[in-house]
Amino acid sequence: MTGPGFRRGRPALPHEGARLSDRLRIALLLAPALGLIGLLFGGGLVAGVIRSFNYMPVIGLTEPNLDAYRAVLADPAFLRSFALTLHIAFTSTLIASVIAIAAALLLRRRFSGRGAVTFLFQLNLTVPHVVGAIGILYLFSQSGFFARMAWQIGLIARPGEFPALVYDPWAIGIIVQYVWKEVPFIGIIVLAQMQTLGTDYESVARSLGASRWQAFRHVLLPLILPGVLSASVIVFAFTFGAYEVPLLLGASHPQALPVLAYRTYTDVDLAARPQAMAMGMVIAVLSGLMIWAYLRATRARLRP
Amino acid sequence: MTRPSSNPGRPLLVLSGALLIVWLILPLVPLLIWSFARGWRFPDLLPQEWSLQAWEFALSARSGVLESLGVTVLIAATATVLAIAVGVPAGRALGLYRFRGKGLVELIILAPIIVPGIAVALGLHGVFIHLGLTNTVAGVVLVHLIPTLPYMTLVMAGIFANFDPAFEQQARSLGASRLQTFRHVTLPAIMPGIIVGGLFAFLVSWSQYVLTLLIGGGRVITLPLLLFNYAASGRNDLTGAIGIIYILPGIVILVFTARHLTGSNAAIGGFGRI
Repeated sequence: MTGPGFRRGRPALPHEGARLSDRLRIALLLAPALGLIGLLFGGGLVAGVIRSFNYMPVIGLTEPNLDAYRAVLADPAFLRSFALTLHIAFTSTLIASVIAIAAALLLRRRFSGRGAVTFLFQLNLTVPHVVGAIGILYLFSQSGFFARMAWQIGLIARPGEFPALVYDPWAIGIIVQYVWKEVPFIGIIVLAQMQTLGTDYESVARSLGASRWQAFRHVLLPLILPGVLSASVIVFAFTFGAYEVPLLLGASHPQALPVLAYRTYTDVDLAARPQAMAMGMVIAVLSGLMIWAYLRATRARLRP
Repeated sequence: MTRPSSNPGRPLLVLSGALLIVWLILPLVPLLIWSFARGWRFPDLLPQEWSLQAWEFALSARSGVLESLGVTVLIAATATVLAIAVGVPAGRALGLYRFRGKGLVELIILAPIIVPGIAVALGLHGVFIHLGLTNTVAGVVLVHLIPTLPYMTLVMAGIFANFDPAFEQQARSLGASRLQTFRHVTLPAIMPGIIVGGLFAFLVSWSQYVLTLLIGGGRVITLPLLLFNYAASGRNDLTGAIGIIYILPGIVILVFTARHLTGSNAAIGGFGRI
């Protein structure tokens, strides 16, 4: 589980059969992190699983069952939400990764204004998603900046004639916001990798007669792919599970899964809570499965 | 471009760079304009009238913005300090040693990045109610540790993978105490990682919305919650002003840490480890 992001100047200590004191040291170093993640993350997950099985002795539910899962999986609204969320996460991650690689290729070269672009890249990293989503709303809504431009040049006569790019069934606004926000995230990780690699490998390929495209496709891309994969996994998981962006920019039907899960959880009808928990578990399992399959498929192709 | 260039691709390069700049800035521009607008109706490209009203209100005590800013800084700073305290040792173990079960440990530490926070937070909410942690700043800080800790540990594991513990042994053999060795040998070497990991931890907590909403129960009002409320109520001018206030601290922090984010020694290399 290592990427070329690091230089391996020194081999890891030979610790097969590590001395007892070393094992104790490792355990002590890891204990606080594993303890916290175990308690908070593991605890939350376990509590969610238990309640998703309709098990709540406090209110008299002592017979665990699968009712919540049956109700959720048989609900067409849930399935539509799932399809929408998958579309959002997949499309955003794909577009953002491609643009990020192109942007990183651009930023490693020297040109006037490179410093400014690099700084803006990093600046964008600090802008919270809520702010980005509101900005996208003000740009793309039917009374937003682009609609005004369209009116000024006579393309539309009324705001309603501007195509629906937010609150739309294809989640265009949501995807645009994610691409805007995640290109710098992936781009900076990829750029750091490219700068660590240097340009020697490509120079060799070029001097041996490879075209620019060939040098990129067969030399640089395989070298940066592990970093792209890591970053895109983080982005996919985030966009699959994010709440505030689809809430601000999404249509009311179907809703993204996290929005649906939260709304079900906060429903006045407390009986809906196990269903919300079941949705949470389905979100967790599905995103875990998809990321696992993705890493497996891409890692297998990476090996010669 | 007036400068003659031997590279025919150069104008294209500059053009793509310019496009990228426009695209990166564009969504923030309407927020800034709205914050100074007094009404900005369709189809005006710019407001007819300008005003400082939104800023006056946002900076007054009535709006709750400054109070919210304080709470948000307190939560993000506390979560960051805790993430550093826990993430540095864990990163050391993962970066320096090879041991049985390491793959599993890495998986557990990365899990919170891969499993969406809402799935965990819904379950945790019930537990936190029993512990009296809902509606409290402490509860919100704890739940923010879930997404911040993995980033911190990842960055530190990357840093420690390039760290040579022989320097520590030399310092010790020359008579330095454990504390002195850490202070003068280890800390300077791992500082870039602490800065970048800390920056990420701070920003992840700073941007957090749904975890705060759920565990804070509407009592702990951080800036994103306040911003969302104003945006939902259609007060675009106030939303603009609060939005700008909300992004400023991140920019200030970035100015001091940017040099660690790019370059061949960038501490961000640890992200290649998933």
